[in-house]
Parts: sequence; C-alpha cells; structure tokens
Amino acid sequence: MKTALIENIFMKMFLVGTLLLLSSCVDSGEEKTYEATEDIPASREMIAELTAPPNVPRGVGKRKAKKLIVNMEVLEEEGEMTDGVKYVYWTFGGSVPGSFIRTRVGDEVEFHLKNHPDNKLPHNIDLHAVTGPGGGATSSFVAPGHEAQFSFKVLNPGLYVYHCATAPVGMHIANGMYGLILVEPAGGLPRVDREYYVMQGDFYTKGENGERGLQPFDMQKAVDEDADYVVFNGKVGSMTGDNAITANVGETVRLYVGNGGPNLVSSFHVIGEIFDVVRVEGGDLINTNVQTTLIPAGGAAIVEFRVDVPGTFILVDHSIFRAFNKGALGMLNVQGEENKKIYSGTQEEGIYQPEGGGIQELPDQDGVAESEIPAKSFSERMEFGKITYQQTCFACHQAEGQGIPNAFPPLAKSDYLNADVNRAIDIILQGKRGEIVVNGEKYNSVMTRQDLNDDDLANVLTYIYNSWGNSKKEVTPAMVRARRNQH
Amino acid sequence: MNSFSKIITVLVFGAVVSTHSLAQSENMVLIKGGVYIPLYGVDSTAVTVDSFLMDVYPVSNNNYLTFLQKFPEWKRSKAKRLFADGNYLINWEGDGNMGSQLLPDAPITNVSWFAAKKYCECQGKRLPTVDEWEYAAMADENSPDARKTPSYNQMILDWYEAPRSFDKTIGSTFKNYWGVYDLHGLVWEWTQDFNSVLISGESRKDVDKDSNLFCGSAAVGASDLMNYAAFMRYAFRGSLKANYSVKNLGFRCVKDIQIE
Repeated sequence: MKTALIENIFMKMFLVGTLLLLSSCVDSGEEKTYEATEDIPASREMIAELTAPPNVPRGVGKRKAKKLIVNMEVLEEEGEMTDGVKYVYWTFGGSVPGSFIRTRVGDEVEFHLKNHPDNKLPHNIDLHAVTGPGGGATSSFVAPGHEAQFSFKVLNPGLYVYHCATAPVGMHIANGMYGLILVEPAGGLPRVDREYYVMQGDFYTKGENGERGLQPFDMQKAVDEDADYVVFNGKVGSMTGDNAITANVGETVRLYVGNGGPNLVSSFHVIGEIFDVVRVEGGDLINTNVQTTLIPAGGAAIVEFRVDVPGTFILVDHSIFRAFNKGALGMLNVQGEENKKIYSGTQEEGIYQPEGGGIQELPDQDGVAESEIPAKSFSERMEFGKITYQQTCFACHQAEGQGIPNAFPPLAKSDYLNADVNRAIDIILQGKRGEIVVNGEKYNSVMTRQDLNDDDLANVLTYIYNSWGNSKKEVTPAMVRARRNQH
Repeated sequence: MNSFSKIITVLVFGAVVSTHSLAQSENMVLIKGGVYIPLYGVDSTAVTVDSFLMDVYPVSNNNYLTFLQKFPEWKRSKAKRLFADGNYLINWEGDGNMGSQLLPDAPITNVSWFAAKKYCECQGKRLPTVDEWEYAAMADENSPDARKTPSYNQMILDWYEAPRSFDKTIGSTFKNYWGVYDLHGLVWEWTQDFNSVLISGESRKDVDKDSNLFCGSAAVGASDLMNYAAFMRYAFRGSLKANYSVKNLGFRCVKDIQIE
C-alpha cells in the first residue's frame, strides 16, 4: 500500500510538471485556492447522480464546483421490515435511507423536492449541509402532487444527515425519512477501492418484533424510545446473505455510516476489523485504530479499513441486543487468499459466536447434570421445551421459528428439520457450521453447540417438532442419550 | 390586465350563480355549538363554535359531476389555473366524466379550494372553518370530544399512514357522535380558512418566530398523541395554496343555522 501511494504521488508530480511544461498558460488542473468557500465559482450545470443504499455515487475527483441539480422524489410506500412484517415507509427517493447525494465544496445545489400525488402528507427536507434557516426546511415544504425548489451553496466539507422536518418531525423520521449528503473537499476524498452507504434507524411498530402483517407506527413506543426494530438500511437483512456488501483481500473499504434515529445512538462496530481511519462525526477530525465509533442520531461518520483476510465480517450496533434481537446486523463478505500470519483460522468453533439467551459451550468435566425436574408428560415436555426455546433458541430462530432471512434458518415447516431427527439432535449437541439448504434457501452460518442436558434437549426438540407446522415427533431423553453416546 | 378583468368576470358570474342556488339541508346534521381549545391554543385561548349544520358525507364524485353539469365553467378544460392548478380533476378520464377508474361514490378529490368553495356556495352552503371542522372531528362514535382517548388518536394516526384511502366510498368509515361520517379515515378536507394558523395575527407566528408548524413548534408544543394527530392536519393545511388540487384532499359543506 505504502509503495503504491508514493508511486502515485510521483506520478501526480510528474503529470503536473509535464502539463506545466507543455502549456504554461493553460489551467494546470490544480484548483485555485479561495479564502472563503463561498467564493468558489460554480461553472456549468450537472444533474446529480443519486443512489440507493448500499451504493454511493462516483466520487467528485478533480471536478470543479458546479451547479448541481438534485431531483428528489418523496414516496410513501409499503415495504417489508422483515419476513412477513410489512410497514409503510416514507422515503426520499424510494429507499430507506434516502438517496445518497454527493457534492463537493463550492457546489451550488439546486434542490427539487417532489411530493408524489399519491402521498397523503406534506413533506420538506432539512439538510445538515445547508447553511440557512431550517436547513432548507422552510423553503421546501410541499403538498402532495407538488414540487418545491430551493438552492444552497455547500460551504463545509463533511458527511451530513438530511431528514424530513414536517410536524410531527419524530414520526416522519421514524418512518424512514432520512439519508446522507456528502460534501467532499476540493480534489475529493482520497481514493479507496470500495465505498458503501450504511445508515441505521430505529422503528416502532404496534406489534412486537416479529409480529406478522402490516404494522402501523406506534407513537407511544416512539415517545418511550422503546424500539421494536433497530436496523441498517431500513429493514432486517438489508445487508446479509445475498445482500451482503463485498470486498477482496487487500482492498480498502470506506463506509459512509449515518444514523437517522429518531432516538437511538449507534455504537458502530465491524466484528473482526479495526477501523484504520475514522473521520469522526463525518468532519475533519481523523482518528486512527478505532474499534467502535459512536454515531449520534442525526449524525454520521466515515470509517475506512483495509481488509487483510477473507471471511464474513459482521457490521453491528454494539449495543448488542439491537444486533441479534432487533436487526442491526449487516455483513461484509471478503474474498481472497488466507493470510495465516494475521489470522490462523483454526479455532474450533469458528470466528464468531452469535449470542443466544442460553448458556454457551464451556469445557465439560463431569458429564451433564440431570434436569432438576424431568417432564412427566407430553404436555409438560411441551411446556418445558417452550421455556428452553425462549431462553436458548429464540434470539436466532425467532418467536415463531421463522428464523432470520439469510442469517438463521427457519425451524417452522422446515424440511431440513423434519427430514432427520437424529441430525437435529446432533446439531444441538455438537453445533453446526457451513452451508445447508432449508426450504430451498441457502444458509451459511454458525450455530454453537448448546449445553443442554438430555431432558432439556428432548423437551425443546419436542416443542419445536410440535409447533409451527412441523412433523409432530416426540423426542425422548433416551433418544438424546443414544446420540450423545455415539460420539 | 386582461386576465385580471377575466377574474372579475368570473367572480361576478359566480356571485350571480350563487343566488340561484337551491337551499337544501337534507343529508346534513346539527353540530351543537360549544367551546373548545384548539391545538394552537397554547395560552388556553378557548374558541366558541356556534351551532351549525354539517354534511353527513364528504362530497362524492357523483355529486361533483352533477355540479359540473350545472356549472360547466368548472370543468377541467374551463377552470382558470389561477383558481385550480394543473392537478385539478386530473384523475378524471374526460372533461365532464370521471371515467371507469373512479367510483361514483368515492369522495371527490383533486379539487381546489376555489372550486370547493364555489360548490358549497352553489348549494347555499359554505366550507367549514378550521374551528368548525376540528370541533366536529374531535368526536368519536360515542362522545363529542374523544381527543383524550388513546385508541381514537391511534386510529387517526394509523390512517395518516395508510396509503390510497381516497379509493374508498363515502360512508365507509365510522359515524361519529353527531352523525357525521368520514371525518377521519377517507380524505383530507378543505376548510374555509385552511391557512389561517400560518398567516393570522393571532397565531404564534407573530410572537414566536419559528412557529411555522414544522421543526421547532412541533418539538415545543406537542407532547401527546392528540397533538401529534392535530399537528399533521395543521401541517397538511399549511402546505396548501388555494389553487392546489391534491389527490387525497376533498371537502364537505356546512351551513349556518340562523340563515334557515
């Protein structure tokens, strides 16, 4: 990396030198410096490229300041929060977070805010990159079926949040009306290999987490700051499985991370990586070698790191129940050569143990303790099994055994589960990693071995087999003992 | 100047027409007057609302078609842009027919304030004031003022989020204490002084410089669900201009009792 950088600098010097020699009276391509950014002239018009997450538009590079036309449409539309849970999102540009806007210092942004005729409510936009009353909100208030236009000059470089500021503001934000606008310095940010757009938000639904159907916004929960979902990019699973963001070993990844709120502050962390560079709060301050960076609601940060080894790196809000129980989890898949010097990759149970409610594996000494109260009947087995399920399995496989798409396979109506009861027992006894296919979907993650005694394991499997449309097998402690003795 | 004289003509013409209007009070119910504290009444400025008659239902597509047949100057092709913007009746298939996409019994929408006002005047009625509308709309099925009932407010908030409710027919939501249908759950409704909160000298605007019902004032004034629901109505009204026509915005008429 270092050598490449030095070469690059030499190359630049060489190029500039050549240009100066060749045509000393022509603009060298290097920008004139201005005392105040407001004095930077904006030449020519350009339509801004807008992108939906996790993508960002092309960098500004060496382009000069321009009159940048941003066409942003507000859409109120139904989407999916997680499998089977629908939600009416209010969006800038049809996505949550809204379209990414990329500008450079000195740009004159002509902003067109269009409120779709089918929408029910008026909206506006407050961009934190704007110097002016309401951040543009006063000038952009627009009824459904209408369009508002206003202009502003971007003066301060940085990564800024924008959001709707129409009353009730909290509700508009809670429904997804936020996004990021980047203001690059003259000459642009340093080049990196990969750039992605990630924004956290908290959601408040009438039903509890996982409750199916169209879920309306719950104002009382929002006021109480009692979130049902905390997610990246608007929904559970927006960046897992096939939607995971990707990079190759040796590349430098830059994440533009925002937090729309409305309430919660994010402790942003990438499991298995250290941020080489954090542009703190999206501003000029650079911190290096950071594990977790705090992103306030209505704030942002730019994080950069070189990926040195292959594998799946998990993006979380390290307020960790949000990650495993409320959805604030994304994945970065890195491909390439292993580097055993940096990471051995030989540890027994894999790189990360998703946290469940149950007790994780400990080295066992004297076998397994007997259950305090063995189940005496099928109904007791179900009752005890349910309790064990809630404590041990619920966090990943979810309340109705529906799992989490692309991360944790379903147990409900599961062909994989019903096909082989001994395999199911073995998985709980020994854990499971690697690719499996459940109900036609591929899953590739890790389940740790669960430290359950024969009774508890029999109970929980009986509960699972007799719930959610499964094959109604009863699993006995004797069956578990038999499998345990096999190993 | 030419367009100005046209406006005068239209206004005069309108005035002549309105004298021919039929006085009818069928399908209206009595809203018994009283005192209430509106959303913006932070200083406990109670407002007295006199008794009045209110349409049981919002005006339907069919009602509006009848109006257009009598007053063709309000057809889409004839209406002046100054009085009805480019979205006026835009979802109607033809100039004088709604087409097959719209239900005759669905509420009329995409009408400007001028058109709505004219419609009511031609019936010998008028648009309700914001206070009259809000006063009648604070009733649920059983009580004249349900604003403190959480379920009532949640129901209203739910509707504000639900898309495309303008496709439903009039009378398809609930009948309130006064016997009025669809004040919540179908479409927004025009009021006579829809933008008065923003421009009147009585509003907080003149006192508190950031009271434009967006960021600042919502944060300061609204602490409960009741205010949130009302804020959304005031915000919506505040986003309108009198010639705007909006897909989710219809109207109904009211009538003074003394004139009877």
